[in-house]
Amino acid sequence: MPLKRVVITGMGAISPFGRGVDTLMTALLSGESGVRILPELADIRGIRTRVAALVPGVDPGEIPRKYRRSMSTMSVFAALAAGDAIAQAGLSGEQVRGGRLGVSIGSTIGSPRTTQSFFDDFRIDNSVERMKSGVFFQIMNHSCAANVAHMFGITGRTVAPAAACSTGCLAVGYGAEMISMGKQDFMLCGGADEFHPLTAATFDIMNAASTRFNESPWKTPRPFDRDRDGVVCAEGSGILLLESLDSALRRNAGILAEIVGFASTSDPESIANPNAANIAHCMHQALLDAGIGPEGIDYVNAHATGTELGDIAESEAIRSIFGDRVPTSSLKGNLGHAMAASGAIELEASVEMMRRETLLPTHNLDHVDPLCASVTHVREITRRRVDTVMKNNFALGGVNSSLIIRRFQQ
Amino acid sequence: MTNQEIIERIDRSIAEEFEIDPEEMKPEKTLFQDLGLDSLDIVDLVIVLETAFGFKIREEEGIRKIRTLGDIHSFVLQKKDELESIPR
Repeated sequence: MPLKRVVITGMGAISPFGRGVDTLMTALLSGESGVRILPELADIRGIRTRVAALVPGVDPGEIPRKYRRSMSTMSVFAALAAGDAIAQAGLSGEQVRGGRLGVSIGSTIGSPRTTQSFFDDFRIDNSVERMKSGVFFQIMNHSCAANVAHMFGITGRTVAPAAACSTGCLAVGYGAEMISMGKQDFMLCGGADEFHPLTAATFDIMNAASTRFNESPWKTPRPFDRDRDGVVCAEGSGILLLESLDSALRRNAGILAEIVGFASTSDPESIANPNAANIAHCMHQALLDAGIGPEGIDYVNAHATGTELGDIAESEAIRSIFGDRVPTSSLKGNLGHAMAASGAIELEASVEMMRRETLLPTHNLDHVDPLCASVTHVREITRRRVDTVMKNNFALGGVNSSLIIRRFQQ
Repeated sequence: MTNQEIIERIDRSIAEEFEIDPEEMKPEKTLFQDLGLDSLDIVDLVIVLETAFGFKIREEEGIRKIRTLGDIHSFVLQKKDELESIPR
């Protein structure tokens, strides 16, 4: 059975810079940081990080109550981003509802804010008498995917891949495979997450959250930098509308990029720590899937979160496959780490870098760590045509993922 | 609390919870067809009323017979009368 080619025809982003891919790109091209001091973190005993990158200016009220009642913040992000992706792709109502559009959207966990709110109330008197009907629909693991399907009347498949930091990348990869196999013509793919102190604490207790820049949040995180001190948690959503090339050509859709390779591998070495050889294995598998060699990649958009171990392991992996030939950068210096959303938002920015023939640098990379110096870092905005891009994401739990996208050519 | 004050509290609580235009809060309006509520909303409606008036009504048979906003008014007023008739 011949596999179908898969292209991206729509993108929606809710990021620490606000709503929209253009808003995201304007901020990234201006070298802005979305990281801010979060004063309420100071009230939590035991947490040392005080910074995060939260989404400003999104109005949940634009979603009708009928749909909003089952949505937590992360589902609101996903729904708005999905609507923008559908609009850019120009899908008709019949195409959205007709069964050929599916959903592949994940989050790290169900809504932590709603979960906390439920248990805060439950613990008052061990009672569920005040539990509203929407609680479960906000904390179930497939909340974002189900809410997006519900809001837009989507009747195709709904899947909700969950692999923390790899979620967005995985969701796109699995969605692309479904289209490739002919199971769906369109897929809304990506990830969403909402900030909660639980996420920041998860990294903090493992000494992997940034704590030394609490008074100068714009200086952190610092991927690949010698002074990096860990992750800065963020929130948001990136949703891409994937489509078979046949369908896109048939309806004369604007094609943003083609997805040509995907791989995901498990790393059983450690539940928490990345391993360079296993990361390299994942990247190599993605190249095999695309049917190209390392020389076919023009730019690597790294996962690089600003942790001590992760950035070194990824640098070593990139070096082992590409040598020092391929320009590499991470966008987490601007965006922080939006967990399940990060891969999808960064993929969208990568698509735009390709379209705009402009490579974005790693923000806050002032002094490259000698242990990360084996790759060629993008240090400033660089005008360069790139035709093929590798996007990496590696997750707690040992789930690696790499996507390869290419400038569309017939 | 007078009956009129009770009715106003009911209408205000429901309008706020379900984001209904206060102008729509007429006794003859049906909950499902006119006010746009559904079965999930009825679960929350019970909690809204319990919170507003401090009683427990989830197990009451009378709830199942409610069709209109006026039915809610009557139900709550009757419930209040029952509670006030109980010697303290």
